[in-house]
Amino acid sequence: MALFSLSGTKVSGISAAVPRNLESNMDYRWITKKERESLIKNIGVETRRVAPKGVTTSDLCIAAAEPLLRELNWDRREIELLVFVSQSRDYLVPTTACIVQDRLGLPHSCLAFDIGMGCSGYLYGLSVAAGMLQARAIRKALLMVGDISTLTTSYRDKSTYPLFGDVGTVTALEYDPDAPAIHFNLQTDGSGYRALIIPDGGARNIMTRKSFDFKKIDQGIYRTNLHLEMNGIEVFNFTLREVVPNIKTLLNSTGISLQEIDHVVFHQANRLIIETLRKMLKLPPEKVPYSIREFGNTSGGSLPLTMVAKLYEQLRTEPQQLLLSAFGVGLSWGSAIIETDRIAVPDLLEV
Amino acid sequence: MEEFIKQIEAEFDDLKPGILKPESHFREVFEWNSINALILIAMVKTEYDVTLTADDLIKSKTVNDIYSLIETRISK
Repeated sequence: MALFSLSGTKVSGISAAVPRNLESNMDYRWITKKERESLIKNIGVETRRVAPKGVTTSDLCIAAAEPLLRELNWDRREIELLVFVSQSRDYLVPTTACIVQDRLGLPHSCLAFDIGMGCSGYLYGLSVAAGMLQARAIRKALLMVGDISTLTTSYRDKSTYPLFGDVGTVTALEYDPDAPAIHFNLQTDGSGYRALIIPDGGARNIMTRKSFDFKKIDQGIYRTNLHLEMNGIEVFNFTLREVVPNIKTLLNSTGISLQEIDHVVFHQANRLIIETLRKMLKLPPEKVPYSIREFGNTSGGSLPLTMVAKLYEQLRTEPQQLLLSAFGVGLSWGSAIIETDRIAVPDLLEV
Repeated sequence: MEEFIKQIEAEFDDLKPGILKPESHFREVFEWNSINALILIAMVKTEYDVTLTADDLIKSKTVNDIYSLIETRISK
C-alpha cells in the first residue's frame, strides 16, 4: 500500500495564476436556461477562467512563480528541483520543465522533469518532490501544477465544456530537518482509464483526419476524438466508493483525527461530489473550502488554487494542519496531511 | 417506501410533494438528465450506502424499481 510519511520538507509558500478572461455558465447557450441554472446549482460552476489560445500552463505557472520567489526572497541559484505536473504541456516534445528552468533563470544544476497527471497530480508531485528533499539531494524545490483544460473540451459537449477552468500554481518547498512529516496515501486503478480520456493523438490511436470528425454521442453531446470525454456517472461512483476509505486509512495510520484537521481541501471536481464526501465524513461546511463556483474544475491545480483563493488568510497568519484529497483521471486518487506555519501566499494573480 | 419518496422530494426542488408515486416513471416525472441522475445516486449513497450504476438507472423505469434495487443490496 502506498501509505508513507516523508520528513524534512517544509512547505514555504504557494501561489496561483488564472487567466483574466472569464466565462460565465449563464451565457452557455448550448443548453437551456433551466439546464444552466441546474448546472450552476448542483455541479456548482458559475464562472470559469479560460486561457486565450496560445497561453500555456507553464506561462501561468511562471507568472505565479515571480511574486512567490520575490516574497520568499529566494536566490534562484539555490533551486535545484523543478517538477511540472500537467496534462497540457507546451509541446509534445520536449519536456516543459526544461523550458521553464531556462525561462525562470534556474541554474544548470537544477533537475527538471514533467509528471503527466491530472486531478490527483498535486499529491503525486508533492510526494516526489518531498522524497527528493528527504534524500537531501537538494535544498530548494518548485512544484508547478496546473492545466489548460478548456482547450480540449468540445463546446457542444454539455458533459464537459461548462465544468473546466484553467490555472497554473507553484508550491515552494525546502529542506528543513525540523519540518513536520507529510503523510501520504496514494492509489491507482487503471482499469478505469476510459472513464476520462482523450482517445486520439497519442501513440495508441495516432491522429488522423478522422480524429477531427464530430460525432453525436448523446443529446447535447457532440465531440471529436481529440476532445476530452468523461463518463460522469462512473467517475462519480468511483469517487464515492474510494475517497472516504482512502482518507480513513490515512488517518488511522497516522493516528491523526479529523477533529484535529483545520481544513479538508478536496479536488474541486463538482459541488455534488464534494458535498456528498463532506456528509459521508460528517465534516462541518466551514472546514471544507470551495473554489469551484468561481473557477470550475481546475484539474491538478485545484488543491493549491483553493488554498490560495480561499485559505490565504489562515495560511499567512496561523499554523494549519490540512488534509488534502484528490481523485480522478487515471483512475488515480490519494490524500495527504500537511502542516504549514505562516507561509508565503501572494495574492491570486490574474494574467 | 414513503420515506424514500420523501427523500427524493427533498433533493429535487421542482418536484411538488404528492406527485411522485411508487409506480411513477421517474424519467417522465423529472426532466431526466445526467445531473438529476447524479443527485439521485448521491442521495442513495448517503442515505443507504448503496451504489447505483448507470446500468441500474437504464434498466429501472419506476421509483419502485429503484427502491427494490436498494432493498436487495441492503439485505446482502
